Amino acid sequence: MPSPQLGSARAGGAPTGAPTKITQGAGTKGGIGESTLRPDGTLKVTGEFAYSSDMWHEDMLWGQILRSTVAHAEIVSIDTSEALALPGVYAVMTYDDLPTEVKHYGLEIRDTPVLAHGKVRHHGEPVAIVAADHPETARRAAARIKVEYRELPVITDEESALAPDAVLVHEHRDDHHVGHVAHPNIVHRQPIVRGDAAAAAGRAEVIVTGEYTFGMQDQAFLGPESGLAVPEEDGGVHLYIATQWLHSDLRQIAPVLGLPERKVRMTLSGVGGAFGGREDLSMQIHACLLALRTGKPVKIVYNRFESFFGHVHRHPAKLHYEHGATRDGRLTHVRCRIVLDGGAYASASPAVVGNAASLGIGPYVVDDVDIEALALYTNNPPCGAMRGFGAVQACFAYEAQMDKLAKELGMDPVEFRQLNAMEQGTVMPTGQPVDSPAPVAELLRRVKAMPLPPERQWESSEGADVRQLPGGLSNTTHGEGVVRGIGYAVGIKNVGFSEGFDDYSTARVRMEVIAGEPVATVHTAMAEVGQGGVTVHAQIARTELGVAQVTIHPADTQVGSAGSTSASRQTYVTGGAVKNACERVRAQVLEIGRRKFGSRHPAWATAELLLENGKVVTDGGEVLADLVDVLEGEAVEVAEEWRHRPTEAFDLRTGQGNGHVQYSFAAHRAVVEVDTELGLVKVVELACAQDVGKALNPLSVVGQIQGGTAQGLGIAVMEEIIVDPRTAKVRNPSFTDYLIPTILDTPTIPVDVLELADVHAPYGLRGVGEAPTLSSTPAVLAAIRNATGLELNRTPVRPEHLTGTA
Amino acid sequence: MRVTFTVNGRPQEADDVWEGESLLYVLRERLGLPGSKNACEQGECGSCTVRLDGVPVCSCLVAAGQAEGRDVVTVEGLADHARRRSRGDSAGTPLDEAKGWRAEGGTDSRAGAGTGLAPVQQAFIDAGAVQCGFCTPGLLVASDDLLERNPNPSDADIREALSGNLCRCTGYEKIMDAVRLAAARRSEGV
Repeated sequence: MPSPQLGSARAGGAPTGAPTKITQGAGTKGGIGESTLRPDGTLKVTGEFAYSSDMWHEDMLWGQILRSTVAHAEIVSIDTSEALALPGVYAVMTYDDLPTEVKHYGLEIRDTPVLAHGKVRHHGEPVAIVAADHPETARRAAARIKVEYRELPVITDEESALAPDAVLVHEHRDDHHVGHVAHPNIVHRQPIVRGDAAAAAGRAEVIVTGEYTFGMQDQAFLGPESGLAVPEEDGGVHLYIATQWLHSDLRQIAPVLGLPERKVRMTLSGVGGAFGGREDLSMQIHACLLALRTGKPVKIVYNRFESFFGHVHRHPAKLHYEHGATRDGRLTHVRCRIVLDGGAYASASPAVVGNAASLGIGPYVVDDVDIEALALYTNNPPCGAMRGFGAVQACFAYEAQMDKLAKELGMDPVEFRQLNAMEQGTVMPTGQPVDSPAPVAELLRRVKAMPLPPERQWESSEGADVRQLPGGLSNTTHGEGVVRGIGYAVGIKNVGFSEGFDDYSTARVRMEVIAGEPVATVHTAMAEVGQGGVTVHAQIARTELGVAQVTIHPADTQVGSAGSTSASRQTYVTGGAVKNACERVRAQVLEIGRRKFGSRHPAWATAELLLENGKVVTDGGEVLADLVDVLEGEAVEVAEEWRHRPTEAFDLRTGQGNGHVQYSFAAHRAVVEVDTELGLVKVVELACAQDVGKALNPLSVVGQIQGGTAQGLGIAVMEEIIVDPRTAKVRNPSFTDYLIPTILDTPTIPVDVLELADVHAPYGLRGVGEAPTLSSTPAVLAAIRNATGLELNRTPVRPEHLTGTA
Repeated sequence: MRVTFTVNGRPQEADDVWEGESLLYVLRERLGLPGSKNACEQGECGSCTVRLDGVPVCSCLVAAGQAEGRDVVTVEGLADHARRRSRGDSAGTPLDEAKGWRAEGGTDSRAGAGTGLAPVQQAFIDAGAVQCGFCTPGLLVASDDLLERNPNPSDADIREALSGNLCRCTGYEKIMDAVRLAAARRSEGV
């Protein structure tokens, strides 16, 4: 089995920084840096792992949501009588049945109705909910609810949103962004101005401009939105749920139910992927409402059709860019305008705007910039968090611009990027200095140095293997009309929640002797969504406490918030919290040891003491005591919040501010083969080089990079939610019509992992999950342009764009 | 209606089944076998793949009544299925039992124990082919079927055989590794 390549920068190379050195626990097996296996692996391969859709309860009911069939309309009337009359139906609820004055929720702005009131603002908005004793009964009951709509004109793009007589998507905004936007149909706008772009444009010897279009991507996690709400004897409710952030859900759910947070107990169930799509609530409140109304456990499971309406998507965007350079290839300035379609509700739009703006020019040195990013309210599907979060759309456009400029200058696209690459010490357009390694040029060098797949790779001794060709088993070519192209791209992503957010995590760590062995228990509310946080927490505890046995307590709200499993932050922040709590436990254990055994050996007072392999040892390796003897019947427990360095808000006028915690970088090289006659693309290889600071679990790190790379491939050549521009209705809410990459569409993904420590981060690590999703897409686009000579200013690219039949 | 069929070698009976219920629904909600997954319920993702009289099918597209009198193997029965196959295959030996398929370098207390898993299940754990795991049951049934038919598949064979199974987490590379690993361990053992 190929093992991941791990490396540090070459001596004398451009990047600074060094690999992290571990002393405490370095000799303990299964600690950080090892590719230990998932603790939930066996349960997941035997089918026993309990996902949120697998929950079952004696006497449970099934919930069903009735959704709007139109995008924008006044609700004239709702008649639920026929639904209620159906045998097997226990409850039907509409807006009028909501129990408290709190009838809206939202991540930042509470603008999303729990159930529609008076008006629907997008296709598929929840209007009523039903509980019945069989899912089919619930579906039939929902179908019997009569809703009369009076349709309103739809807002679908910038022109219709900002027209003087435009209908307002939200008539009565009172959120904290409304004061600084030019129109109520703009959610948030963030300019970033640094230097003097207009003056610098005068010095430019070459200027290129481009208009780019980025399609709406779906997270397409495989485990559908689902959960089970169980009413409890104290009048509260226990929700078993798949989410990315238990405590954020809790804060939004409890007020709607009219319950104190302590009466809404939440336990994380198995999560079948997330990718940002579970940051917002979906069926959580609906299931709780029905459970409290009926007094019975209620399970809700979306099918795939409903899932396409049940979560926010990646913002589609229009991007306008102007780049200038001198003849010798130095960037003079960048001016850009990024318009994101936020859809009907705010979700994470404000933060996505902040990212798109602050990361809008990419990992390059440019002193004079003029950036504007904004998100619109429209009647399109709501958009919010998805892996890469605003940085993805920008990267697609600025990397296309970099290729365009290189071509104008007659330079090699990689050398041109390396010439302008940022490094440690570079100042971002926000004025924030990059104060940890930024090996952009080195990543490009590494990805370019990887061996290329052989030409005509489809040929075998028995002729052409059509499976390796564009069109695949459709048998559309045996190599005729097939042209190869190679493209490069690099990107920059922030890690952690930015712009002054109090982005903390909490960990409870306990150490005690069980069955004659020291055992550590780690309890956090971190949502394990597949990324492997549970694996890494056990590794951290082994390293920090020198024990073999670690129990990972199920995630729930009985411990403090872990923050969200998003923004590539969990290993950094909850990993940091676990490390911190372990260090506190270790200090207390050593204190107990000193009390009990200090008089027996002078090293207890003088040496630096470590915990290794269940023993207290000196830094010279001398064993002082067994942990079993130190602890005996005593348990040591620490629960504590942990924070990374604080960040600042961006100035609303200039965009200046130390807004980000950390940056991460990845570079891709794409090799594609294009059937130029049919417009079919085969991605042959998608190589990636990424700096991860420290690979706590190399196997998982490579898995994250490959998974993120494949999602970037999807947006390059196939994935797009199509919204009818006349009706704002979704045309392709199914895996039949919304295509994600299969194993045949996905190429080999060789990965080169660089480990340059960020001294500010635990173990020097750098968040991994998102950066590979950025540069993957523009690399594939660059390769297709290289193969075809076409300009290709939109993604995804479809056959009609390659054959001139669009 | 009542549906009577064999699941993982055991006779099963489900009562009060509505005619529109799928085999997937009956397995998950009536027989307590939620291992087969409900990712799309429209035959596009393969996460509900089971063997029906030996043939891999999307159980979401099979009406429960169509399973009457037939033999179903789900991910929950995959280890038993592999053991029975080993015993019944005169050319092979019961490698999984003989070797135990211990995880190399695996140190976690719950993963890599190696007992009671089909070789392909252990290979998925060892190769890092499991992230969120929602696609895993379907991929395991499909991979096991592939290796049963073709013990030494080429990469193109693996991709073709698994092209009906969507995975959103891994980018498929570790799944390729897992199937190669299962095939290699089998050939080493023979």
